[in-house]
Amino acid sequence: MSAYVLIVNGHRQTVDASADTPLLWVVRDNLNLTGTKFGCGMGLCGACTVHLDGTPVRSCSTTIAEAAGKRITTIEGLATDAGRRLQDAWIAEEVPQCGYCQSGQLMSAAALLTKNPKPTDADIDQAMSGNICRCGTYQRIRHAIHRAAGTEVTDAR
Amino acid sequence: MRADARVSRRDFLKTGTTLGAGLTIAFYVPPRLMQRFGQASQDPADFVPNGWVHIGTNGVVTVTVDKSEMGQGVTTAYLMLIAEELEVDPTTVHVGPTPENPAAWTRRMGTGGSSSVRTSYDTLRKAGAAAREMLVAAAAQQWGISPDACRAERGMVIETAGKRRLGYGRLVTRAATLPVPADPRLKDPKDFRVLGTRVPRFDTRLKVNGTAQFGIDVRIPGMLYASIERSPAYGGKATHVDDTGAKAAPGVRHVALLEWSPEDTKAARMETSVAVVADRYWQALTARRALKVDWADTPASPLDSPAITARFAELAQQPGVRARTEGDAAGSIATVAKRVEAVYEVPYLAHAPMEPMNCTASVRADGCDVWVPTQGQTSTQRVAAQIAGLPLDKVRVHTTYLGGGFGRRSETDFVAEAVRLSKEVGAPVQVIWTREDDIRHDFYRPATYNRFAGGLDATGNPVVWTHHIVGASIALSKHQTLENGIDGSLVEGAANIPYAIPNILVEQTVVDLPVPCGYWRSVGSSHNAYVTESFFDELAHAGGKDPYELRRALLRDQPRHLAVLDLAADRAGWGKPLPEGRHRGIAVAEAFGSYVAEVAEITLAADGTCRVHRVVCALDCGPTVNPDTIEAQMQGGIVYGLSAALYGEITIDGGRARQGNFNDYPVVRMNEMPRIEVYIIPSTQKQGGIGEPGVPPIAPAIANAILSATGSAVRRLPIVQNGKSRIAMR
Repeated sequence: MSAYVLIVNGHRQTVDASADTPLLWVVRDNLNLTGTKFGCGMGLCGACTVHLDGTPVRSCSTTIAEAAGKRITTIEGLATDAGRRLQDAWIAEEVPQCGYCQSGQLMSAAALLTKNPKPTDADIDQAMSGNICRCGTYQRIRHAIHRAAGTEVTDAR
Repeated sequence: MRADARVSRRDFLKTGTTLGAGLTIAFYVPPRLMQRFGQASQDPADFVPNGWVHIGTNGVVTVTVDKSEMGQGVTTAYLMLIAEELEVDPTTVHVGPTPENPAAWTRRMGTGGSSSVRTSYDTLRKAGAAAREMLVAAAAQQWGISPDACRAERGMVIETAGKRRLGYGRLVTRAATLPVPADPRLKDPKDFRVLGTRVPRFDTRLKVNGTAQFGIDVRIPGMLYASIERSPAYGGKATHVDDTGAKAAPGVRHVALLEWSPEDTKAARMETSVAVVADRYWQALTARRALKVDWADTPASPLDSPAITARFAELAQQPGVRARTEGDAAGSIATVAKRVEAVYEVPYLAHAPMEPMNCTASVRADGCDVWVPTQGQTSTQRVAAQIAGLPLDKVRVHTTYLGGGFGRRSETDFVAEAVRLSKEVGAPVQVIWTREDDIRHDFYRPATYNRFAGGLDATGNPVVWTHHIVGASIALSKHQTLENGIDGSLVEGAANIPYAIPNILVEQTVVDLPVPCGYWRSVGSSHNAYVTESFFDELAHAGGKDPYELRRALLRDQPRHLAVLDLAADRAGWGKPLPEGRHRGIAVAEAFGSYVAEVAEITLAADGTCRVHRVVCALDCGPTVNPDTIEAQMQGGIVYGLSAALYGEITIDGGRARQGNFNDYPVVRMNEMPRIEVYIIPSTQKQGGIGEPGVPPIAPAIANAILSATGSAVRRLPIVQNGKSRIAMR
């Protein structure tokens, strides 16, 4: 066990954990930020997506040692302009069903819009295909991203 | 904000009366331990005409939803049903806690079978209507006029001819003294303001900011975490456990060998396992990996998928139990102009909801609390009571949001584990499964083997249909007895094929295998729609008929099937030219009382890779509650079925599942998402469900598009196996 200094949603926190502890379990269990979800533990489903210095990462496959000292943003701290627009768009499009994957979906979408404010469907496919939704909300996610970005929905597939 | 929870101090909700049956019910609402829904106010003067509706002196309406919210939108549907009759704005209605003592609730608590709305449409409307009539009567009494001179509107009672009006909050005290009408008058559907409209979902906001509480998010003071190593082969027993390494690992509090009594396993199908309990989940999981467990061979150990198929194939040659007989199929098959034979196979499937199985339990000498994302509160309470050794009413079931259900959460194995461990450790315990635990220890959709023979007359019309389904059985897996030798869920969607074919024989042979089986979204229809609708297209193909036109002809006496079929075909542009390389397939099915037709538009790459570009879905589910939710459920069902059709397969090897995570149990992702269009037929016919009926037609619609493209039927799912398409290109 070692002490790590984490900067989570702008707050500096010290956490005692073993170096190999995934960031996912640190934010969920040590910091009680349960909006970030466990889905697969292998970086395959994206439910645990958080931002590390603005880049989306799978927190289940990122250790506390790797995250220490970097800016960590979870769904609870998604306060960027793009993030808020996406959340509003998610509501307008009634995206969530069970909702379990949606924190991760939003974190991936927010990272996309920050990098690429006017994404095409192909850009969305590229950025969002790491996030699994078993309820099948993909079409609404696509619409919501376009809505937040102010880009046209073509649904050309 | 209506989802703003205020902490409750009141422990008992007033005893109410249900409508119709005249049954008195009570339910216990303990202090809130989790923030989730809006909470009813606590004033003893509040108006609680029945178990469903609570109106505070402040006018706030809180409804009880006794169903599990797993994304299907039941919470919003229920509050809409009540709001309609109560004449309140549905977006202002609060939702109270799910009843926590199922034994004392007015009906069995469970969510499945696409049944929540269609079994409660009138019940909930009557609950709202009774409250409305009592509020109107209270106002009339106060004003000294006839109730007929008043009407209810937007949370108020209004004097129709005058100017007087009173908000519900100011009427509740008087209303509470009035008799509950046994048979309140329901609104004429033409006056509906809420039902049939797109009311925003109650839970959306909570699900975009990370605050919705799922089972895995439950935090109880002093709670420990558990990770459990189960027998790799089904039904295994541990012969030796070396827990030295696990016990020495940081944070570990307890290692337990979980063996289950016959009574326990009667309550829930349980496997021997070894649990590691630690301060933190990661510590439990890490320590679990240090366990050394020897597992004895089990009856399942010699079992593998090829052997299962061989067994099925052998049984398919022998007569089965007749599930449907029309005319003389056996006799007339000999005289047909053309005979078509085929064997269709479907694999076991895992549910793989996004939230892995979990349950939190706190067992004390005086009672037990269970926090769980469950589809079965009544069975959860029963299992928890059995394992805890407590009377039923000492067990409280706290239902959280479910991160997907799809039938998996109607089981109670994860409940038994948490209760057992909390009892053993003497502290609250949260059991969390890994994804591998979930995929390898599921209750699978049964694998089936289907032998078909069809006969065409000289004009190419089908006149004989024989179908022998051989398959694993949910009923036998759950130790249930079969009625007349038939497992109803194995033949649903097959015994009731809707086509006007004069000679039909559907037989069934169930096989008792040690692989656990359970209900998977749309159950029997998930496989039977695929095999029957695909074989139907083989017959159309053999007879030189257009599959849509042949369906039309043979559905001439099935107006609801026909209407959705026509609508889907029309919107999909059936018969009109497609861009180069695109192909269409169509399928129709009735499931859970709803009628759904889907047209899939596909392309096939040179290596046989199938891409679904567009799906047109037409639905008749009877009177609608929330069309947006219905669309979402059709979209979701199609994607769930698409994942299964393209990739879904659990293979058994050495009595265990070979797959374990989304790498080898792939599902559809954003880049493979087709455009889905949903059309709902306005309907006053008998109401059907919406959670499951979107699933059945998608696999055959795709298979039929492939048949149209290649001339070869897709007789086995999934289409992609080990990353390679099974489709042979011409």
